[in-house]
Amino acid sequence: MPEALLETRGLGKTFGAVVAAEDVSVSVAAGEIVGVIGANGAGKTTFCNMVTGYLTPDQGRILFRGADITGCTVGEATAAGIHRSFQIPQLFPGLTVYENLLLSVGVFGHRRPPWWRPLVRPETQQEARRVMEQYRIADSAETRVDRLPQGVRKLLDIAMAMVGGPAMILLDEPTSGISTEEKFDVMGNVIDALRSSGATVLFVEHDMDVVGRYADRVIAFREGRVLADGAPREVLENPAVIEHVVGRRPPRPTDA
Amino acid sequence: MTALRNIRPTTAGIVLAAAALLGLWPLLPAWAAHTAAVSLGGGLVALGLMILIRFGLVSFGQGLFFAIGGYAAALANQFLGITDMLVLSVAGIAAAGMIAWALGYIVRGHRGIFFAMLNLAFSMILFGILAKTVALGSTDGFSVGVPTLLGVAPGPEAGRLTFVLFGFIVISSALVAWMVDRILASPVGYAGQGVRENELRLRYLGVSARGAVHLAYIMAAKLAALGGVFTVLLIGHVTPEDTAYWTKSGEFVFVAILGGAGNVAAPFIAQTVFELVRTFALQYVPEAWQMLLGITLLLVILFLPGGLWSLVDRLRGRDA
Repeated sequence: MPEALLETRGLGKTFGAVVAAEDVSVSVAAGEIVGVIGANGAGKTTFCNMVTGYLTPDQGRILFRGADITGCTVGEATAAGIHRSFQIPQLFPGLTVYENLLLSVGVFGHRRPPWWRPLVRPETQQEARRVMEQYRIADSAETRVDRLPQGVRKLLDIAMAMVGGPAMILLDEPTSGISTEEKFDVMGNVIDALRSSGATVLFVEHDMDVVGRYADRVIAFREGRVLADGAPREVLENPAVIEHVVGRRPPRPTDA
Repeated sequence: MTALRNIRPTTAGIVLAAAALLGLWPLLPAWAAHTAAVSLGGGLVALGLMILIRFGLVSFGQGLFFAIGGYAAALANQFLGITDMLVLSVAGIAAAGMIAWALGYIVRGHRGIFFAMLNLAFSMILFGILAKTVALGSTDGFSVGVPTLLGVAPGPEAGRLTFVLFGFIVISSALVAWMVDRILASPVGYAGQGVRENELRLRYLGVSARGAVHLAYIMAAKLAALGGVFTVLLIGHVTPEDTAYWTKSGEFVFVAILGGAGNVAAPFIAQTVFELVRTFALQYVPEAWQMLLGITLLLVILFLPGGLWSLVDRLRGRDA
């Protein structure tokens, strides 16, 4: 097995009496596309929050490229190369799609930027346009994001998360709120764009068809613990996963 | 002013405005030159508030830093015998910068009404201290000598507002406005839009929202302090009521909203309008000048929500 890009060892987190994570040990190799499944409250988002520095785990360590990043801030995790998208898109609502990307490209990683250099420069404009093309949202460039349909918002959210070229991206329910017909379109776009960027992907998903089609590997969570971890077919057909996560017999994963 | 692209550097406009003011000096009657210089001083404070407004923040206590600048210059003049306006300005900016750096750790975690009122609280504490300090003249304050510049002292017959002081105020204000203009167009300024629009996303772009607010707070404080130095040098006297009192802070917010956040020129224009309205209203309708100011603000909020500057944008055919 190649050296892990991300490794968690015995992560634990409780909120009062609620156990959101308990002894979560997973390892993700560079280039993998990992699907994360689990019922609501299984600890998927808590896992994303801990890995990206939004929450500090009560127990355990997080290693990224072999370095211990446990307890780092969101800014430090971002600088290390772990980015994320959100279940509810986190955008700049008063600005257009193009302006959202321009702002993202321009401020990315700037802790102490030179004050005399304008943010709007040919390079930043070009990069913002390139990202729009890559995620196929250029048609909405001049639309304010509070007037966008949900599918475009989700794409923009992921595009903004990819600004700065992360080594790893966590997608929190990339297809939630998108109609069944659009799901595969959106996810296909995203996975194509992510593959071409070479980022390692970990995506949280409720739709087992989507998981089956796009994941190289699946991790199932239940009540804060890892219930199963392995090849998609193996995990999706695991009786415990069917009982607690899927709630029905999954279709055969297709080859994608 | 929400659109991103409306921020563009206006170097030429700033140079022109400064040159025009300097060129007009021989033609300006004394009261007009004084009004212009005082408006630049107050406009600097409003310019600092404009930076905060870009971050979606407002401070009801900028009088704190206005007073710190004014008192720092006055103290350095009175007790250390420093008369050089450049040194006095640096002293005011340095004092405010250090205090804003320290207070920034308290305010940077707050937003909205809490941010606004925390600053009001700090300014009221300073007002109380200044008003009770007998060595500083308590509520009467104390006077400040005539300033010099690089060894150039005005002749005995010259008034307080010499061409040297006027020129110094005009050129420093222009320089500062130019710097603020660049800063607002740089990632530092745009981070303010990020703070206003969505802090969570900004953090996930690797930018510290608190750090950005802290930086903006220090910048606004330094601008207010420089405005305080200029005002004290122009008036020749410093009192707690004319600097740190909460009504003074209210005036600065008034001016910032009157001008709008569209351009660095806006706060200076608004401060000039404010000074003119006050001067003429006090002369002709002394009992009603606050009413007049109130009506002015009401009309601006109702018909020009982007402030006076949105008139300029409208003339240029752009969305405000």
